[in-house]
Amino acid sequence: MSFAIAVLLLQDGITNGAIYVLLAVALVLVFTVTRIVFIPQGDLVAFTGLTLTAFETGTVPGTVWILAAAAAIALAMDLMPLILRGRLDLAVRPLIEMGLIPGIIIALSLFAVPREASLLWKMAATLAVITALAPLMHRIVFQPLVSASPLILLIAAVAVHFGLTSLGLHFFGPEGVRTPGFTGPSISIFGFQFTQQSLGVIACSVLLSAGLYAFFSRALTGKALLAAAFNRRGAELIGVSAVGAGRRVALIAGLVGAISGLLIGPTTTLYYDSGFILGLKGLVGGIIGGLAGYPFAVAGALLVGVVEAFASFWASAYRDVIVFTLIIPVLFWRSMVAPHHEEETE
Amino acid sequence: MTMLEVDQFSVRYHSVVALNKISLRVEPGHVTTVIGPNGAGKTSLVNAIMGLHDYSGTLRFPFAPDATRTTEARVKARITLVPESRDLFGQMSVVDNLRLGAYIDRYQPRNEREGRLKEVFRLFPRLRERQSQLAYTLSGGERQMLALGRALLLRPYLLMLDEPSLGLAPLIVAEIFRIIQTLKDDGVSILLIEQNARAALKVADYAYVLENGTVTLEGKASDVANNPRVLDSYLGLGHKG
Repeated sequence: MSFAIAVLLLQDGITNGAIYVLLAVALVLVFTVTRIVFIPQGDLVAFTGLTLTAFETGTVPGTVWILAAAAAIALAMDLMPLILRGRLDLAVRPLIEMGLIPGIIIALSLFAVPREASLLWKMAATLAVITALAPLMHRIVFQPLVSASPLILLIAAVAVHFGLTSLGLHFFGPEGVRTPGFTGPSISIFGFQFTQQSLGVIACSVLLSAGLYAFFSRALTGKALLAAAFNRRGAELIGVSAVGAGRRVALIAGLVGAISGLLIGPTTTLYYDSGFILGLKGLVGGIIGGLAGYPFAVAGALLVGVVEAFASFWASAYRDVIVFTLIIPVLFWRSMVAPHHEEETE
Repeated sequence: MTMLEVDQFSVRYHSVVALNKISLRVEPGHVTTVIGPNGAGKTSLVNAIMGLHDYSGTLRFPFAPDATRTTEARVKARITLVPESRDLFGQMSVVDNLRLGAYIDRYQPRNEREGRLKEVFRLFPRLRERQSQLAYTLSGGERQMLALGRALLLRPYLLMLDEPSLGLAPLIVAEIFRIIQTLKDDGVSILLIEQNARAALKVADYAYVLENGTVTLEGKASDVANNPRVLDSYLGLGHKG
């Protein structure tokens, strides 16, 4: 292998890695606050591509109907106990969060995104649909399990993933899509050529992961979300509800997922079931950092991207095998060095 | 205005009745104590008042009528609880635990919140020494101080303390009660749940004796302290033989 090829592979690996960084960061985010290994994160990415393509062809994306159904179920789940207890004074918030906001997004997607609308507007609509989906998913599936063990939460997450892929197949069919991306001449940095697309991917990835890192290590609001994970009752007693924290985190994860989808769409063909492998690669990256630290997750995800690029050069058929084998030595190493935290949780 | 009023207040766990139609009031600026043996329903009482458990009957915070909606609403009305289990954020530093106590005031000027932090450090110099340590590394007494300190960062109007002296060395117990006295002098209304009846009755204005889920005796703390039955069962001064 010549130096030039190595540089090219490295560049390719970093661009792919930047997407895995976004996935890894979202997984770390959800896991640290809720103890959920959020497998559906990858599905959100794939659905973003499929949704944008549907808008491009002038059809109503299936995700809009999924959003409508999810909003209806979530609203019913929130309102039923309030009606039974006669506490309709508490119904305003769910009506806005589960009724009004998804309603507006659905109405916009149905009537305000014609085929000839600008790409940017379609992207915005896609972003809104996918982002809104995540907190509803949290409300329907994970909120009732708020005190369940991480294993139960993982099983529920896998179930949500399978549910979403089935719905994806039903609504979008088995065809793969590629979405339009940023175009323009490539830019030369230190003598290397970068496409605008890959620069955009890297820039977004850096900004989002740095932003999340700062939010959780510096801002009181970020620390409050973490507090809800460390001790749910303690968090309630300072005015942070675990349910609200979970929902807020799901919202951020949905947003990050939608952004990743918009970024990856032009470079990869996305199918209704592409999310799983994507999510898994993000997970491998995140696990290298113990699903706890953002800097480690970023490094891990970049490593996954680079290993994948070189693996596809040398043994492209075994690409995924090589990437996933990476996790074994990492788990070995972590089990040796990482302290066991279980006894510390009060 | 009265800080807390419960009436015909019952708490049950499935079919087990933990509290049976009790009535209780906390007057402003007073320390009101609830004493009684293990399993009498004391913890159920404060948890339900705080909205952490379902109840039936009347619960009112006359100074903040909307606070009964959710736990969050209570905290916003500056009502909080220092639970028996402390419920600290073990993986966070001592100072982060304390700062989070003022979470609901996060949009207020930082100086003001940092001022509260300094006050808590003045009350608990030990916490200042350990401020960058992770909370789970603290000793039992320090944890209790941290739990209390975190609650004080809220500037509570109504503070409920569930067994603050439980499992602590006598010197630390004395320190905790000294701080309860300080808070009382500052005008904080306190509902104090205690097994250590002697110390509780000394600092309290009004006392309830809770046994088997019902209030069996109530009155001014000094009267309750001199009640023969209380002397006998809770203060250990009964005549032998």
